[in-house]
Amino acid sequence: MVTKLDKAQVVVVGMGWAGGIVSAELTKAGINVVGLERGKDRTTADYTMAHDELRYQHRTELMQDLSKETITYRSSLKQKALPMRHYGTFIVGDGVGGAGSHWNGQTYRFLPYDFEIRSQTVDRYGEGKIPGWMTLQDWGITYDELEPYYEKFEYMAGISGEEVELWGKRAKPYPTGPLVKTPIMKTFEEAATSLGYKPFVIPAANLSESYTNPDGIQRGACQYCAYCENFGCEYGAKGDPAVTVIPVAKQTGKLDLRTHANVLEITSANGKATGVLYVDMLTGEKFEQPADVVVITSYVFNNARLLLNSNLGTPYDPKTGKGTIGKNYCYQVTGGTTQLFFEDKEFNLYGGAGALGIEIAEYMGDNFDHSDVNFIHGAGIRSTQYGDRPIATNRVPKGTPNWGAEFKKQSIKYANSNFPVKTQGASMPHRENYLDLDPEYKDAWGYPLLRMTYEYTDNDRELVKFMATKTREIGEKIGADIIETSEEQGNFSVNKDTNTHNTGGVIMGSDPETSALNKYQQMWEVENVFVVGASSFPHNSCFNPTGTVGALSYLAAEGIQNYIKNGGGLLV
Amino acid sequence: MAEKENFTEKRSTRRNFLKNSGLTLGGLVLGGAVTSLVVKNNEGTTTTEHEAAHGGGTTTNYNHALMFFTPAEYQTAAAAVERIYPEDENGPGAKELGAAVYIDHQLAGQWGNNVKDYRLGAFYKPGENQGPQTKLLRKDLFRAGLEALDAYSKENYDAVFTGLEPEQQDEVLTAFSEGKVTLYGNTGSGEFFSLLRTMTIEGVYADPMYGGNNEMKGWAMRKYPGSRMQYVNEIQSDEFIELKPEGLSSHMS
Ligand SMILES: Cc1cc2nc3c(=O)[nH]c(=O)nc-3n(C[C@H](O)[C@H](O)[C@H](O)COP(=O)(O)OP(=O)(O)OC[C@H]3O[C@@H](n4cnc5c(N)ncnc54)[C@H](O)[C@@H]3O)c2cc1C
Ligand code: SF4
Repeated sequence: MVTKLDKAQVVVVGMGWAGGIVSAELTKAGINVVGLERGKDRTTADYTMAHDELRYQHRTELMQDLSKETITYRSSLKQKALPMRHYGTFIVGDGVGGAGSHWNGQTYRFLPYDFEIRSQTVDRYGEGKIPGWMTLQDWGITYDELEPYYEKFEYMAGISGEEVELWGKRAKPYPTGPLVKTPIMKTFEEAATSLGYKPFVIPAANLSESYTNPDGIQRGACQYCAYCENFGCEYGAKGDPAVTVIPVAKQTGKLDLRTHANVLEITSANGKATGVLYVDMLTGEKFEQPADVVVITSYVFNNARLLLNSNLGTPYDPKTGKGTIGKNYCYQVTGGTTQLFFEDKEFNLYGGAGALGIEIAEYMGDNFDHSDVNFIHGAGIRSTQYGDRPIATNRVPKGTPNWGAEFKKQSIKYANSNFPVKTQGASMPHRENYLDLDPEYKDAWGYPLLRMTYEYTDNDRELVKFMATKTREIGEKIGADIIETSEEQGNFSVNKDTNTHNTGGVIMGSDPETSALNKYQQMWEVENVFVVGASSFPHNSCFNPTGTVGALSYLAAEGIQNYIKNGGGLLV
Repeated sequence: MAEKENFTEKRSTRRNFLKNSGLTLGGLVLGGAVTSLVVKNNEGTTTTEHEAAHGGGTTTNYNHALMFFTPAEYQTAAAAVERIYPEDENGPGAKELGAAVYIDHQLAGQWGNNVKDYRLGAFYKPGENQGPQTKLLRKDLFRAGLEALDAYSKENYDAVFTGLEPEQQDEVLTAFSEGKVTLYGNTGSGEFFSLLRTMTIEGVYADPMYGGNNEMKGWAMRKYPGSRMQYVNEIQSDEFIELKPEGLSSHMS
């Protein structure tokens, strides 16, 4: 039994950053939006007991409930995919605000090079630089075109940062200055500077000072409370859709926000979407919500899965390389860390913020010559201070057992006397790294789960080896009693904590043969469906994704308004 | 910003008030605790100081009781967690910190029952990078593991696990960690060991409301200040600043 509801002008599926931005922009422009979110509504009042490491980090309180749906994983086409039964690597957002409530807030722009990566690689190094397996492509948009939209996101969220010479040009400075420098950041800064690098403080959605954004939203400064990554901010100091764009959309009176509404399918007829089918997560009741325009902002995984389960677009086939939905799934590399242990120094590592850190840009993208290395792109090299929580963080020198007397002794000894010099490296697409529907496993409502086929590529592994020499160099310059470098990128594991920077699967571009979306995030094959998220990235850069997701969301919101104004048609 | 500072200020004032009111009740509390100690007998994890300091106003740590384990299972678990995180010159081990009580409470609840895990479809033997595919619920895995600790100890040392010397217990746990023992349902002992190891660390360092980290001594040992509201000054200081730990109960209004 399905209850059919009155038609909406626009239905938005998922209320994280992408859905929140699109909803705020459309409702401000007078368009009526039905917002469907599978999780609960959230405000800062939900975070009164936020400083609970067990509940939020290890019991993933704010994340998608895996008993309802998960992904399946295999490392190659030959393996049988099995479900990720509990969280290990990435963690998926849930509820109003999505992952934007419990993210760290490191807010970057991608490099001009990223958007034209194929053309620039060919121009500079020749076709031969790109291996046959690498399905590398330009994004169908340039940095300059996207620049104003980055600015919109940064001014809305209140990003605190400083100018970085080696990045794309900015029309305006960051709305607020950088966060403070802690002793470990100063130590990194000194070493990096003496090696000739120009370190910068990581741009942050943790506010360095109180700030009022262009929508009139006022927020206070970050308190460096250290319960940031995986936690919601009780101060509202962290840029979170639930304290920025969503209240703005609500205030217009034009957002009909329905929580516990889990979208199962996009309905369609004659090559156009007609609306969505959703189920109330609490009661099990099903509803059909017809709409003129359907906007899918349900994060990378469900963005791809909803299209596949609804037969919209052409599924990607790794054997022929044809089709687009599921193509160019990428991740990120974080190997090549140099870990430092100190005998007689103690830092206040219990304090920190999700985006507090310092980094160098010299090895990002094509900022260095790749003629003599066998990889493209690069990494940021950084030291961060998120706040070391005691269940999660017990760094001990190599050779220490992970339990027993020696473990206890060493983990306590170094609890406040260590920090790593880390990398965050780009991830290039591989013809056989992709997303499709699992042939066997289903979600709680009987719909196929998304199947991920993924392994790190040779490019990733070479990149990590190179970066390990650079983190070592900085580590040695800093000087410590024990310096340990992990030189290689291990294999991907669905059960090992790395990060939640999943990208691709519904990628943008300038050619309908090789991409699913145009630059307005409009589906080439189904003109009234817009799909917004990091799923649009044709490859993943060496940055956290959300700055770029935010910029694309603003661009999409403009596209949707034009689409409605034009009365339909593909946008150009 | 000013508003935020006020907010923090108010909170610490409220906390001070709570602390002070706790002190006023101190005499009464102590009296109650002594009585309860006389009535109780076992294993010295509870002391008068401990009872008195706990949760201003109560006379007994009502949290210190079992929801899941039998008393014998509890003893085995307490012995095992102590080997994972033993008492040493830094301070108490996992047993005194209440990690076995913590584990008992967790196994009785949604974590022990894998409520938020994907449980649908067939369970196959996983490839190296596909994560555990164990059909057993955590509570059943843990119980099977405790049983196997005793069985293995009897077979190799002629005594149950709690009857072994600490070095022997370490040998047993090492064998378990290396997956050398097979548990109920053909499950590898490595899976039990990794659950035991993880839950011990949690029981030592999670907020005391969960039943472990007694009196926040787990935090104190590593100079961790718990769940305080802000570190604006500390974060910029070149000197290490040791703060007295505070738990989540200080965030109650
Ligand atoms: C712990 C953590 C730290 C992070 N740190 C950073 C960082 O420092 N910097 C950075 O750039 N990025 C970071 N990220 C990534 C960042 O959070 C995401 O890129 C961003 O939030 C994605 O926004 P989104 O709107 O695309 O998706 P989400 O925020 O995931 O929102 C999607 C929403 O859709 C809902 N939904 C999904 N499926 C359905 C359905 N079928 N029906 C209805 N609703 C549905 C979900 O419940 C969710 O609320 C981090 C992520 C995590 C998990
Ligand atoms: S570190 Fe700052 S931004 Fe993050 S939760 Fe704490 S106060 Fe909020």
